[in-house]
Amino acid sequence: MTRPLPQDPMLRRLVLQAQQAQFSRRNVLKGMGVGAAALTLAACSSGGQSELSPATDVSDTEKVVRWDNWSYYLDVTDGGDYPSLDMFEAATGIKPTYTEAIDDNNSYYGKIKDQLKLGQDIGADIACMTDFMVSRLIRFGYLAPLDYANMPNVTANLVPALKDLDYDPGRKFTLPWQGGFAGIAWNKKALPGGLTSVSDLWDPSLKGRVGVLSELRDTMGCLMLDQGTDISGDWGDDEFDQAMAVLSENVANGQIRNIKGNSYSEDLQNEDTLAAIVWSGDITMLNEEAGDRWEFALPAKGGPLWNDNFMIPMGATHKKNAEMLINHYYDPEIAAIVAAYVNYIPPVVGAKEAAIAIDPELAENQLIFPNDETLANSKVFRTLTSEEEQKYGAEFQALILGA
Amino acid sequence: MAFAAFATGTAKEQAPRRKSRIALLLLLPGILYMMLFFLVPLVSLVMTSLQAPVEFGDIGEYETAFRWENYVVAISTYGEHILRSFGYALMATIFALLFSYPLAYFIGVKARPWPLLQKLMLVMVIAPFFISFLLRTLAWKSLLSDEGFLVSSLKALSLMAPDAHFTGTGAAVVFGLTYNFIPFMTLPLYANLERLDTRLVEAGGDLYARPATTFFKVTVPLSMPGIVSGVLLTFIPAAGDYINASPQFLGGPSTAMIGNVIESNFLVTNNYPAAASLSIILMAVILVMVVVYIKRSGTEDLL
Repeated sequence: MTRPLPQDPMLRRLVLQAQQAQFSRRNVLKGMGVGAAALTLAACSSGGQSELSPATDVSDTEKVVRWDNWSYYLDVTDGGDYPSLDMFEAATGIKPTYTEAIDDNNSYYGKIKDQLKLGQDIGADIACMTDFMVSRLIRFGYLAPLDYANMPNVTANLVPALKDLDYDPGRKFTLPWQGGFAGIAWNKKALPGGLTSVSDLWDPSLKGRVGVLSELRDTMGCLMLDQGTDISGDWGDDEFDQAMAVLSENVANGQIRNIKGNSYSEDLQNEDTLAAIVWSGDITMLNEEAGDRWEFALPAKGGPLWNDNFMIPMGATHKKNAEMLINHYYDPEIAAIVAAYVNYIPPVVGAKEAAIAIDPELAENQLIFPNDETLANSKVFRTLTSEEEQKYGAEFQALILGA
Repeated sequence: MAFAAFATGTAKEQAPRRKSRIALLLLLPGILYMMLFFLVPLVSLVMTSLQAPVEFGDIGEYETAFRWENYVVAISTYGEHILRSFGYALMATIFALLFSYPLAYFIGVKARPWPLLQKLMLVMVIAPFFISFLLRTLAWKSLLSDEGFLVSSLKALSLMAPDAHFTGTGAAVVFGLTYNFIPFMTLPLYANLERLDTRLVEAGGDLYARPATTFFKVTVPLSMPGIVSGVLLTFIPAAGDYINASPQFLGGPSTAMIGNVIESNFLVTNNYPAAASLSIILMAVILVMVVVYIKRSGTEDLL
């Protein structure tokens, strides 16, 4: 400790300060406390974030791409192979890693948000999330802009109606993967007459046997459409509160048994719920898996139309490969293979013609290839402002929690 | 620095001092571990619970502040859920105790002459643990469903109203909690009763005490440490449980417990301060209840 002090006055002061600090046990403990607080502060600090920029792309040297997606959302064989992904690998030499990592937009967001915020790798180069969530990610500046030079199929085949969306004009950051409807489904044996509108769910004979989705936009979308509100148009608190009143009344009086996400299929299967607000493609899959027991319909007054979208986070290290993957799925032949399996709407022009070659009946399926009439009966839930998103989200969650 | 301590100084002079340094050194990994995985998260949680929303901020944007009102809001909004959680947990604990005590008594005392039976029964208590707790709860969900065997039989016998149902009710949640936490009650009770000195019970009989009196005056007080640890092991996790009461499992919109509220605030509405303050309230209430309970039951040495 008798080394001469450094010349630089700044360093000199620092060294002196360091020497003054005695390492008594209490000081060590105090230091640890301060250290903990500092670490915590670092972990909690929210302000002052700089703009993110895309990570270095190593696509040319590492021929891999990592894709996170929802379950039952890609063609799969009984052996667990994904034929359309195998074709991608054969055509490009890029090895895809496909993970069914997403169960719910919110919980997946919860998992990746810290990395997204810092622009770090989230463990995937590309993931598919629903409109409202990608719109939030765009707002926060978490997504890397797409390079259309790598995606000639997209330029050629993207459905015109999905080219410009209010949350992503010109599709700079996201591209649709699959679309679908929210609507009503019922047990054919218990309700041979079927249902036509959302208000049929409130029939006293169905007391305690009705389920609705825990996705705000789907459930509230159905209810608001039923009350004659155009959910894609200019509506406000009044319309939302009106639909909310109907929902909370039916939760309070026990008409609605449960409010849940993807797992509503279990309730349909064990017949706890006989009628429910559901997602279109699921019912087709469920009928195939568990006997032809249910029927799906768009409500008479319309159902919400949504899309899940490809997005590439800033931290993705194989962006070009991911874009080539998107390009692959915008090939009408490939899109038709996927659509035939997942039963959702492909956003690809020419997929219908290609699907007819696989199975002519597919082209008639309104849930995969809706005609103008069906599309006229469905509406896209308008993008909420961040203020609305917080307010309505809190109200809807409070209802789910019975608060 | 720590290694230098070994190298310098003669061993004789510094013997006691060196000993304490070694003890500190041995404690170091533990202290660092606790710091990193307990203290830092706890401080972080407390600070999150006091955050305030950024003005005109987006969803999930909060800044460091000292907004203690978060706690007031949390209690006034979710007071019912807090009470419900402890109510459910208390009921589940009592049911688990009533069910486990005879079971543990049989395995630990009555079955002593047959060690094989004892072991077999213990395996039967533990065996369900080999299957995921989520899977077992899901299985109950379909067993208890409206069209399932149990509910339709009860309805056929007019023991249940025709339009009544079981899943999605508070009763189902308490049932699920009881079922899932029974082994946590049975095992400590067994470990205690297995060592019960039966001569004391016989002595009770010799002194003309009725079996019930002997049980309450001799057996129960002797098994108190087992009861206390079983109750703690059941009550604490049950109060914070968010699986059984979740709509995905046995619950419904009217059964949400505090764990579900925290999950929803954290993951869905991204209201981190609310979730954090509720977590702290949950921890504080449990801590107070446990301390009072241990003081009352006269087993402070467990602490």
